[in-house]
Parts: sequence; structure tokens; C-alpha cells
Amino acid sequence: MKQIDKYPHKIQVKQDTRQTQKAGGSFTDRLIAWRDQHAQALFSSLGGLFAKPFTSTMTIGVLAIAIALASGFYLVVVNLQQLTGGLEASNQISLFLRDEISETRAKQFADSIRKNTDVQEVNVISKQQAMQEFKNFSGFGDAIDSLEKNPLPIVIEVLPKDALVDKEKLTSLFENFKKATEVDFAQIDLEWVARLQAIVSSARLAAILLSTVLAMAVFFIAGNTIRLEIHNRREEVIIAKLVGATNRFIQRPFLYTGFWIGFLSGVAAWFIVTFMMLILRSSVENLSGLYASEFHLLFFSYFETLTLLATSTLLAVIGSWLVLHIQVKQLKPE
Amino acid sequence: MLKFEQVTKRYPETGDVLRNVSFHLKPGEITFLTGHSGAGKSTILKLIALMERCTRGEIVLDGQKLSTVNERQVPYVRRKMGFIFQDYKLLQSRTVFDNVALPLVIEGYGHHEISRRVRAALDKVGLLGKEKKFPLGLSGGEQQRVGIARAVVNKPPLIIADEPTGNLDPELSAEIMLLFEQFQNVGVTTLIASHDISLIERMHHRVLRLDHGQLVES
Ligand SMILES: Nc1ncnc2c1ncn2[C@@H]1O[C@H](COP(=O)(O)OP(=O)(O)O)[C@@H](O)[C@H]1O
Ligand SMILES: [Mg+2]
Repeated sequence: MKQIDKYPHKIQVKQDTRQTQKAGGSFTDRLIAWRDQHAQALFSSLGGLFAKPFTSTMTIGVLAIAIALASGFYLVVVNLQQLTGGLEASNQISLFLRDEISETRAKQFADSIRKNTDVQEVNVISKQQAMQEFKNFSGFGDAIDSLEKNPLPIVIEVLPKDALVDKEKLTSLFENFKKATEVDFAQIDLEWVARLQAIVSSARLAAILLSTVLAMAVFFIAGNTIRLEIHNRREEVIIAKLVGATNRFIQRPFLYTGFWIGFLSGVAAWFIVTFMMLILRSSVENLSGLYASEFHLLFFSYFETLTLLATSTLLAVIGSWLVLHIQVKQLKPE
Repeated sequence: MLKFEQVTKRYPETGDVLRNVSFHLKPGEITFLTGHSGAGKSTILKLIALMERCTRGEIVLDGQKLSTVNERQVPYVRRKMGFIFQDYKLLQSRTVFDNVALPLVIEGYGHHEISRRVRAALDKVGLLGKEKKFPLGLSGGEQQRVGIARAVVNKPPLIIADEPTGNLDPELSAEIMLLFEQFQNVGVTTLIASHDISLIERMHHRVLRLDHGQLVES
């Protein structure tokens, strides 16, 4: 308004408008016009994308792949985290008994372990049971049947109390059982759980780094798309400037183009990743069935979907905005 | 309405293309700006339109010194004038209606008002009924009239035209000139750059003649 106040003639034109428009306040009319302008820019920029399907598909395709890579990797890490999270509780100790120990001896040994206050559950797996399980899972049924003697040892599975999470105490408990004369060798899941968790946390860091790089790619690709768009429409920009358009007015439709590019790429990326997860699901659930675990593949949550769309839109808009800020100022009618 | 006071424009490459140019246009006056090619006619119009800034001197438009206008204010000053170009400068991908509506859309008019004013402007230039056509489907004379409709649609107090009839035959040129005289009747100040001497002489309006950047007749 301050700008306009400087030009008395302009005010006269505005008053003229006021009189010709319906009574009820020109402020509302202007507000409606302003809203219409935005709505018009929003939809005409979408229309502009559809008008050039080849170019738009190429741009959105490239962006969608970048976003899908980042968010897909993220989802893999989330699922791995879930997997290792589930494993945390199973600090199970397996005691493989020496070959000459009999079933009865093994049961006595198991009873003695049960008396330990740090132990929650003890399970004896006899040679036959172990053999049966092995046959079921390995698929070497016939080959094993032909063996004269069962080569598998008796295994005692010891589940420490849930409260026992301290690694030192667990290790000392483990060392205690390991020393027993009945035990040939002992194994604790702790080690590989810790290792797996380390791998997952590295993967998470990798996901963050990859996402950052790909976010930059989205930013630059969107910016470059808008730069090309300005270049293609420079004639229009210059004419608009000549008839009194502000930079803000000129930037608006391009900014909405950036918005749509980012948003549609986000949507496309969501579908790409979800589609891949659907393909993965059956094979992963087979695997988890095998381990009898409660593992279900995680897809994008509502919040994650929203974050994905918001991030890709925001990145594209910011990239576009920066390019516009520099380029529209530079385009001058000569 | 428009005043040039000792205006000099120097380009680093070509030196002074305007030297101490002074003139004053009164409201409602049609003025021709003439001179040989390269005399500086377009340069004068570009200075008024703030496409270029003068090196020395001052241009006063509607009481406002153009040297005090900063980049952000330029669009608002340009809305006080209508430009007409030799090559029409129409948006080829937009209809006649959209082309003429552009200045109103930029100023944020509501669409009823836009529709009403665009029709009124097209009526004035005799193109009512061609709103939905595209510029390329029109003749040169019609395209220029679209350009004129766009220039007057927001009722600017000043119209500046750079060789508006440069691409048209004498008959169409005369028609275009008649249009300008109609706008004069409603108080619009008009400055037309042209080297078409015969056309200018027939019109009996004020003439500013430039020679190598200096005003030799006014
Ligand atoms: N951007 C520019 N840079 C340098 N010289 C220019 C520029 N624009 C115009 N000129 C010079 O200014 C002089 C006047 O040009 P112009 O005003 O276009 O003349 P006219 O319109 O009368 O034919 C010419 O000699 C031209 O070469
Ligand atoms: Mg010229």
C-alpha cells in the first residue's frame, strides 16, 4: 500500500474500481482476487506440468528415484532395527553337553541350573529332538537317516532373567556355566546380537548420510528444472515485467511448479518404495516364519508418509525459490 | 505530466547517445519523437520505462523524479504507463483475452472487473469477439491492436509507443494513429517514436526531432 500511496493517479484508479464493484467492501474483493490469483497459479502450474508430460515425467522420475533411494534405505534400516530390537531380549545361553553325558545326567544338571536365581527358564533338548529339528529344517532328512549314530549333542538352553541386562553379569553367568564339567562348549547370543546392532547403527548412519546427499540432489535438480523453465519462458517474464509485474508476482507460478514437482516426486517415491516392500514381504515373512519370530515388515507410517511428502516438497520449493530469487532479478527487458 | 531536464545517457561502449535533452509533455498531448535510425528515440522511451537509467539530468513523471525510484518500486511506476512495441511483444501461448488481461491480473483485480475492462479495451480497438483467438491467428494490424488494448486496459495516464507502425502498411498505420487520437480525447498523454515522416506530417501533432542524441526541434 505504501508504494501505491506515492502515486496519486493510482489511487484514483482504485477508487474507480471500488465504485464499479459491488457494495460490500473492496478489501474483501481484493482478498478474493488475491486468493484467486494464488489458486489460479497453483492449478495452472499443475496444468503446465501435464501440458508437457515428457519433460515432467523425466524430472519427476529422476527426483522420485532419488527420494525412493533415501526413503527405501531408511525403511530397510527401520526394519532391521525392529529385528534386532526383538533379539535384544533373547540373551539366550546354549550349553552343548559332552557326548558321554546321559539324558538323566543332563536332566540333573538342568535342575541344578534352575536353582540359580538369575535364571528364568531352562530347556533340555535331547539328541532325538535335536535330530528331528535338524531334519525338518535342513532338508537332509534321508542323508541323516543313513547315519549310524546320532552325532548331535544334548543342548541345554538357558534363558537368564529379563532383569539381567547388564553385560558384565551376563558374561559372568555364562562363564560360570561354561566351566561346568558336563559342558563341552557354550554359546551366548549376546555377541552376535551386539554385532548385529552395531551393523544396524552403522546402516542408520549410512542412511542419514545418503539421505543428506540425496536431499541435496533433490534441491539441485528442482532448482535446475526451474532455471530451465525460466529460461524457456523468459519472453513471458520480460513482457510481464514491462507491464508492471513485481518479481514476487513473476516468481509465484514457478514456485508452484517447484511445489508440484516436489510433491508429485514424493508421492511417486512413496509408491516405488511401498511396491518394493510388498514384493519383499512374502519372502521376509517366510524367513521370519522359519525363526518363529514375531517379525512383520514395517511400511511407511502416516507420520513417515507425511514427513516424506513434506520434506520432498519443501526441498523442491526451497531449491526453486533460491534459483528464482537470483534469476528473475537478472532477467531485464533490454 | 512528463518532463526531461538536461538528460544525458552514456553507454560505456557507444558514448553519449543522448545529450542534454529537455522537453515537457502536457497531459492529453500526442507527441511524435522522430529522427534518423540510431538517433536515440528508443533510448528516450527506455529511460521513461525505467529499462535504463539516465547518466545525468532528471526525468519527472507525474511529479515523481525517476532517479529516486528504486528497483522494488519500478513495477509500480511502470503501471502508470502503457507500452506499445514494434514487434507487439504478445504472449504467443495465450489468448487475446489473456494478453490484454495481463496488466489487470498483475494488479490483482477481481475477475469480473478484469472481464469487463478487457472487453471495453478490445471494443475500443475494434477486436471485440476475438478474445479467444491466439496472436498468431491474427494479422499484423490486429496483433498491434491487441498490444494497444493491453497498453490502455488499466487506464494509464501515459502511453509510449516505439515504432508502433514499423511493421504495418500505410493504411493500417493510419488506422492505428486514429486509435491514438481517440485515447487523446480521454486525456491520455501519448509519446510515439517513429521515423515515418510522411505519416507524422499528415497528423499535425507536436514533433520532437532528435539528431545524434540532441533535440533539434520541439
Ligand atoms: N544497450 C546499449 N549499449 C550500448 N549502446 C546502445 C545500447 N542501446 C542503444 N545503444 C546505442 O544508442 C544509440 C541510439 O539507439 P536507439 O535509441 O535505439 O536509436 P533509435 O531508436 O533512434 O534508432 C545507437 O547508436 C545505439 O547503438
Ligand atoms: Mg529504435
